[in-house]
Amino acid sequence: MTKTSYVNTRSYEIRWHGRGGQGAVTAAKIVAQAAYLEGYQGVTAAPSFGAERRGAPVSASTRISPQTIMVVSQVENPNAVVVLDHTLLKYEEVTSGLVKGGWLIVNSRRHPKELDFKGDFNVATADATRVCSNLRLIVAGLTVVNTAILGAFVRATNVVGLASIEKVISERFPNNTIDINLAAIAQTYEITKLEKIR
Amino acid sequence: MGTRDCQHICSESSPAIGEAGTTGEWRDAFPVIDQEKCLPVRQNKPSCFLCWLYCPDAVISRTIPIRINMQYCKGCGICAQVCPACAITMVNEEEFCPSGTD
Amino acid sequence: MSRKITRKASGWILDGNHAAAQGVKLSRVQVIAAYPITPQSPVTETLSEFVEGGKLDAEYIAVESEHSALAVCTSASMVGARTFTATSAHGLAYMHEMLHWAAGARLPVVLACVNRAMGAPWNVLNDQQDSISQRDTGWIQIYARNNQEIIDSVIQAYKIAESVYVPVMVCYDGYVLSHTEMPVDVPSQENVDRFLPPYKPHTILDPANPKNYNLVTLANPRVNAEGVLCHGYMELRYLLQEALQNSRETIIRAGQEFGELFGRSYANMFWEDRLDDADIVIVAMGSLAMEAIVAADMLREAGHKVGVLGLRVFRPFPKADVLKALKKSRLVVVFDKNISYGLEGATCSEIKSALYGSPINAVIRNFIVGLGGRDVKARELVAAVNKSLSSLKEGGLTQEYPEWLCAI
Repeated sequence: MTKTSYVNTRSYEIRWHGRGGQGAVTAAKIVAQAAYLEGYQGVTAAPSFGAERRGAPVSASTRISPQTIMVVSQVENPNAVVVLDHTLLKYEEVTSGLVKGGWLIVNSRRHPKELDFKGDFNVATADATRVCSNLRLIVAGLTVVNTAILGAFVRATNVVGLASIEKVISERFPNNTIDINLAAIAQTYEITKLEKIR
Repeated sequence: MGTRDCQHICSESSPAIGEAGTTGEWRDAFPVIDQEKCLPVRQNKPSCFLCWLYCPDAVISRTIPIRINMQYCKGCGICAQVCPACAITMVNEEEFCPSGTD
Repeated sequence: MSRKITRKASGWILDGNHAAAQGVKLSRVQVIAAYPITPQSPVTETLSEFVEGGKLDAEYIAVESEHSALAVCTSASMVGARTFTATSAHGLAYMHEMLHWAAGARLPVVLACVNRAMGAPWNVLNDQQDSISQRDTGWIQIYARNNQEIIDSVIQAYKIAESVYVPVMVCYDGYVLSHTEMPVDVPSQENVDRFLPPYKPHTILDPANPKNYNLVTLANPRVNAEGVLCHGYMELRYLLQEALQNSRETIIRAGQEFGELFGRSYANMFWEDRLDDADIVIVAMGSLAMEAIVAADMLREAGHKVGVLGLRVFRPFPKADVLKALKKSRLVVVFDKNISYGLEGATCSEIKSALYGSPINAVIRNFIVGLGGRDVKARELVAAVNKSLSSLKEGGLTQEYPEWLCAI
């Protein structure tokens, strides 16, 4: 380990919120892997642990840094919060700690203005559910929005490039699911609505 | 004020409504009862109630007619599975939006 | 955030469980016997997939308990197979009897312990009570700070175990490492083959040369039918302790050879971060040792000369090395993710034991942290050190019992 100080190099931190079965943890891992492929030395992706059941709220975290990451404790002040299920928005802990000027990205058919958030952060929304539903991206009866929402994430934050995300999916997903997932990402990217704080 | 005030010396909990939050939100399908098939309703006397017995979350009432507490029903489908009269069907919530959210 | 490209854009991230499984596969393990338990299950699930898919030429035996898992591994090891099992918490406890057995029988079994809290009450999250509870069994115990160290330690474990004939436990934090993905460089099979020669057992069951191993051995030495004076129980146990004491050389040499072949050196018993000029030393083990480095940075910013001793090899406990590393210290803050109830954190006791009789007169403070998966943040470690510094000003006596970072 080098003697570089970690005080002044903070990771870019993302917290993901979804319900069990929606793939929030996978989304966290895809972004971490994409960042690593882009050359970031430090990445981590971790699930948070609670009721392990379809439908129950789950969260995950991603950290990205140009240096090796030494922090293993939980994310407290994310730079971005991604919400795969809008019904989770009513829970305080979803946006808790989001940094000033950070991004809240929500899978919702509503415009960011309609979500009526009062906070020092930017808001992005995209109807990933509709995109995936139209594409028939359904697994065991559930519309799976975790890849689609990555399109909104990239559009809002530009922390990693679409190309890197696409590369991860092409290499890690089963062959017959690659195209549909890439389409979901691209389409969601296009329809993402951004609302920056004034 | 720390946790010592709860006065437990080992981990314990008593049955209480909502211990795990509003678990009704976890559903992706909900049970619908056909009252014409339900045995206690047809006979108008306490009988069967297997749905009440088997419900893992105790959200079904042992009453005529049966009532299901939708705030906590997780949609596991066990009631539909065990009903001998096939009076319960699970309906997908896919497009169902809880009031006040979207 | 600046997009600073610091390395070639390639490589995959792995979680700790997959890193361990890759290490086992590369080590060409021949027999795997395991029982699932959270958070270890993905290790053996992955291994069973490797075996099923023809990627690992091994026998995978699905046993009905962890006790059986280690019983199968010791039996297989006895007849010359390279073996592996993985477990956590109650699973490790369930095989407790066999842990003693494997060590006493001098079998080079390698076990991955994915550190998890012990019940009661039930808790599947991380702390180190499980492996710490087994520190008396005679196993070499190595703790990994991150997923790269997991895969590297598994490979080195076989080299070490098979050189000194002592089983090795590779421990890593459940969930914090086991389920967290981070960059891991997976060594090539070619290089691992160069590093790890085939296992040469000291036991073999051969009808042409019949032997009875680990038979009832009485208190006193006795002359056998061939006129040889054989060990009593105590002499055999002396040899186990001797093997552990002497294993330090093998561990360091294996770590050095590993470094030469793979570019990452493990020629140490613990990781040192800025100990050269430190008069305050934080001691931690596993992933906590990384968070401790962040804490040390914060303390250095505030003007304190803080270093981190990230303990890697817990057994054999590196007393001499610790003594040398702490010679300038006036305050040692030991963070334990475990506790020997009725006394204090295990690492703290062992640090004190290392310093006993030496001229070092450091104040030692023990903090119990992170039990049952309680999150431990760098700033909490900083606060604990600052608190200890205040106590230091008041008077140098060590407290009777450790402080806990919890919500009581």
